[in-house]
Parts: sequence; C-alpha cells; structure tokens
Amino acid sequence: MILKPRLKDLKTIGFYLGKIILGLAFTMTLPILIGLCFGEVNPVLDFVLSILISVLLGWSLTILCRTGEDLNWVQGMIVVSISWIIAMILGAIPLYLSGHWKSFLDACFDAMSGFATTGLTLVQNLDHISYAHNFWRHLIMFLGGQGIIVIALSFFVRGFSGAFKMYVGEARDERIMPNVINTARFIWMVSIVYLILGTLALGITGIFNGMQPVNAFFHGACIFMAAFDTGGFAPQSQNILYYHSIIYEIITIVIMILGALNFKLHYHLWSGNRKEIFKNIEVVTLFFTIIATFFIVVIGLAQLGSYPDALVLFRKGFYQLISGHTGTGFQTIYPQEFLDSWNPLALTGVIIAMALGGAVCSTTGAIKMLRIGVILKAFKEDLKRIIMPEKTIVIEKFHHIKEIFLEDKLVRSALTITLAYLVLYGLGTLIGMFYGYPFLESLFESTSAAANVGLSCGITSIGMPTGLKITYIIQMWAGRLEFMSVFAIIGFLVAAIKGK
Amino acid sequence: MKNNFSLILINLFILGFFSLQHAWAQNLTSNDLIQHTKKYDGKTVVYRGEAIGDVMGRGNFAWVNIHDGNNAIAIWVSSDLAKEIQFTGNYKTQGDILEVTGIFYRNCLEHGGDLDIHAQTLKKISAGRIVSYKIDLIKLKLIFILFGVLLLIWILTLFRRK
Repeated sequence: MILKPRLKDLKTIGFYLGKIILGLAFTMTLPILIGLCFGEVNPVLDFVLSILISVLLGWSLTILCRTGEDLNWVQGMIVVSISWIIAMILGAIPLYLSGHWKSFLDACFDAMSGFATTGLTLVQNLDHISYAHNFWRHLIMFLGGQGIIVIALSFFVRGFSGAFKMYVGEARDERIMPNVINTARFIWMVSIVYLILGTLALGITGIFNGMQPVNAFFHGACIFMAAFDTGGFAPQSQNILYYHSIIYEIITIVIMILGALNFKLHYHLWSGNRKEIFKNIEVVTLFFTIIATFFIVVIGLAQLGSYPDALVLFRKGFYQLISGHTGTGFQTIYPQEFLDSWNPLALTGVIIAMALGGAVCSTTGAIKMLRIGVILKAFKEDLKRIIMPEKTIVIEKFHHIKEIFLEDKLVRSALTITLAYLVLYGLGTLIGMFYGYPFLESLFESTSAAANVGLSCGITSIGMPTGLKITYIIQMWAGRLEFMSVFAIIGFLVAAIKGK
Repeated sequence: MKNNFSLILINLFILGFFSLQHAWAQNLTSNDLIQHTKKYDGKTVVYRGEAIGDVMGRGNFAWVNIHDGNNAIAIWVSSDLAKEIQFTGNYKTQGDILEVTGIFYRNCLEHGGDLDIHAQTLKKISAGRIVSYKIDLIKLKLIFILFGVLLLIWILTLFRRK
C-alpha cells in the first residue's frame, strides 16, 4: 500500500527547502559587489530584486513550515530534487531581467545549464553583458559544481543527521571526512585554493596575451570557475577561441582534469599520498578511456583531412576531446565546425568521451569512471570464470583509496546507473530526431546535455523548438542528480495522487 | 620604346589583377564564413562588424574580434592598423564598426589551426561610443514594494514571538 504524504512530511520538506533558498539568496550578494565595483546600476538592481524574491520565498517557507523534525531518506532526496528546480527559477530571474535572454524559459535553460555545470547556452549578445551578470553565469557553475546542498551544508546548516541524506541526494555518495559537514567544507576549501591559483595563472597569462589587467583577472576567475567545475560557460561568445593562446588552452586542460578528479583523491593527494593517483581505478580508467577515445577522434580527423598539420590536428582534436571527457564543454572551434570539419567517426569519439565522464564525487556528470571501471572488472571476472576450472574461486578486487572486493551489489548498482544514463541519452536523441534533426547531431547534443558537458554541434540555439529546450533542461537536471532524487520526486508525486 | 611598351603592359596586368582580386573579395557574414569554410579558405574576403572585447597586442600584430551580429571572428591585424580602433564593445561601450579586407583561413597554420582572417586593410565605418543607461524605475519601485513586504513579515514574526 502506498502511503499518502502527510502535512508533517510537507512541512519538513518545506522547512529545509526554505533554508537552501536563503543560502542561494546569500550567494547573489557576490554579483552585487562585482556590479558595484564596475559601477553597473541596473544590473545591481536586478540582483537586489532577485535576492528580495528569494528571501521572501525562503523566509516564508521556514516560518510557515517551522519544524524540529529531521529529514528521512525520501524527504532528503525530495528536498534536493526540488531545490535544484527552485534554484533554476530563482537563478534565472537576474538573467532574464538583464534583457539578454529572449524568454524566461531561455533564462531558465541557462540557469539549469549553469547549476548543472553543463555549459549549453541560449544567451543573446553575450559580448555586451554586464560584469555582474557575467560573473553570476560563472558563479552558478561554481556553486552547482560543488553542489547547492554542499553550500547549504557548509554555511547554513548546523549538524543534523539529515545532512547526509541531502548530500547523497546530490549524487555525492562518498564521505571524505567522517562528518558530512566537514566533507562539504573540505570540498569548498579545495575549490577555493584552486580558484586563487587558477585565477592567478589565467590572469597573468591574459595580461601577457594583451588583455587589460582588470579584464584578464575577471576572465581568469570566470574561466577557472567554468573549468574546475567542468561547466563550459565563457565570458565571451567565442568561448576559448577568443583568447588565441596555447598557454591558455594548456592551463584550462590542467584545470579541467583537476575538476574531473574525485574530491576524495584530492584529499589523499593533499595529505601526501601521491601513489594513490597511479593505483586508483578511476584515474587508470580515465587515462585509458582518454587514449581510446582520442585514438578514434584522430582516425576520424585524419580520414577527413580537415586539419592539414599533425600539430593542429592534435591541438584541436585533443582540446575538444578533453573538454568533452571531463564534461566541461569549452570549445576552440565553432559549433558548426563539428559538422563541417569533423566526420561521423571523430564525432562518435567525442560522444563516447562525453557519455563516460570523469570521476564520482567530482564536478563532472555522465556515467563516471568508477562505474566504468567496476563494469570492466566484472567483465574480467566473468571471463576468468569461463576460462578457469569450475572449482576455482575467482575473486576480483580494485583499488579506490583502499582495496575493495568486487561484489555483485556494487556491479548491479553501477550497471543500473549506466543503463539509466544510456536511456536518458537515447530519449533526448529520439526527441531531437522527432523535431527533425539528424541522428548523429541529436545524439551529440542529447549526450552533451544529459552528461552535463556543454559541447554543441549547433542544435542549441535561441531558435530551437521549445519542447527541445524543456527536454534538455530535464536531461541536465536528471543527469546532474544521477536519478535517485529524480526517482524520489516521481515516487512522491505518485504517492500524493494514489496513496491512501 | 618597345621596352617601355612591355613595362606598361606588365604594370597594367598587375594593376588589373589586384583590382580584380579586390573586386572578387566578397562582403561576407560570419555565418557564410563558418558554414562554408572550405569554399572561402585562402580567399580574400571583406567582413564587417563591431570590434568587441580586448584588442590583444602580440608584438607587431594584434588580435581583434569582430562580431557581425551572429558570431565573432578573429582578425589578425598589424599594430599600425589596430591603432585605428578606439572603442571595443562591452556592457558600457558600443565598439567601432570596422570593415576588414583580408585572407580567410579555415585552419590557420600560423595560429594553431584557428579560423581567422589576416587583415590587409581595416576601415572604420563608424566610431563607437559610450553607452549611458537610465536607472530602471520599475525595478526600483518593485524593490521598495518587496522590501516593504519583507519588513511586514518581520514585524508579524516579532508579534508572533511575543
């Protein structure tokens, strides 16, 4: 028998949602500071207005739903699921008010793309956007990459056991520290240390590239946030092509790879356990999948002969591939060039890389390396069972921070999520084809949205059908939350309608 | 006399060739160039748009990105020509509208395979300007109303606590 949610359940969900919304409102003060620094009056008003709306909503929820109850698993998942949708709507308000988005749906698309660290965009006239709004576009990537819940846990929630339930709901099932709030704070510490170093590196490079110092550091900070959080937005419409600098490309590759690594691995590297990087199943799998997919891309590009020089082929091919594999979405080519200068084989290489993604407990989306590694290990175990004598006991282990025995439960969980991603990629492709786009282009864009990558072959544009915009928003949301929270909210709605 | 006549003929041929080449140089949009890269690769093209972002000096040359309303395309231009540019587009400025005649490269070998135009001439069509914005009074009114509502809720919660 399905139980109908009670008023008490709704109050608990509402109370914690309110707290998360207040946390989000607080983050909107940062673009106000940027706007004030650059003397941008109307953009500051956009953010003041958005803060007031957010505070009004968040505060009202905490007052109306005040409760001392802790969250249970389902409630935790639902809070996460709804808070991402509310974050999208509230985050879209200042974007829409700027006048750079054609409709509120377009602003919501970019807000979800930002929070989910995707990078697909429907912005108009980006090169004339204010510093405040441009900063907000990148900040939401930084916030979304660490996790909206992680922000709330780090700064606004004082220790309660429901914290872990929300943390898990946001597709982070690994505790770095014994306490989940300390884990959230560690994630922030790592990100802020890298933010300072990355901004300095990119800012100085920008100055050497001929940019104005203020612009160089502003761009440096924005690009860092988009690269480390494997987002893919950039301050200018040409994305990374704007900078015309190989050093800029190399630095962003390093930052993208750092962003694609597990925060737990960062912790061990910071603690001096450097050997972990050579043994970790995720790093090893990432290394081999990069080589394999790059091989496919190189063969494809060489077949077409678009790039006359091997160095150029490597520079263009490798950058787009790493950008796709880490789930970032930075481009050093125009979206249309994917169709003009890349053949289906090269595109397939990038699609596979996008579908695989980076490490778990990182800022990337997609299936992720741990699951791929576990599935490959399971295949190896099954092969051994076939080859070896019947009585042989086959035990497979893998190294992920510690030695772990390969259990059926683990393999099943990896296969379930992998299957869910494949279905999500496929559904988006079908809907794209329903709107008249060719198969490969639809698959490319759908995988990019669902795996939170952001590379585009040109489908994502202001003029694309509304249904496809909504499809990609749902894909970005479901892909980022890795389905659990999405399943929970569907179950909750079913219970609300059919429950007794 | 015969030599002079040949010289005149050669000069006329060279002049004719360059003027014809310039006449063939087409006024193209960024979409034309990006969607038909193979067609225009290595050809002289004329491209017009607004200078945006930074003029990034690199030795005796500079990168200027020109946006025609659809996309921005990178222009590799000599520092002398780049001096013409006074305003580049951003939130507070409307950039100079420039017309560039130059060679279009689909994958420029000199610049790591980037799609770009190597400018031969650069003409300022119209000068940019500083854009002034008026304070949006509707937004200001909304802020006061919402602030009032928040204040009211706060007072009500105070009464509730008492």
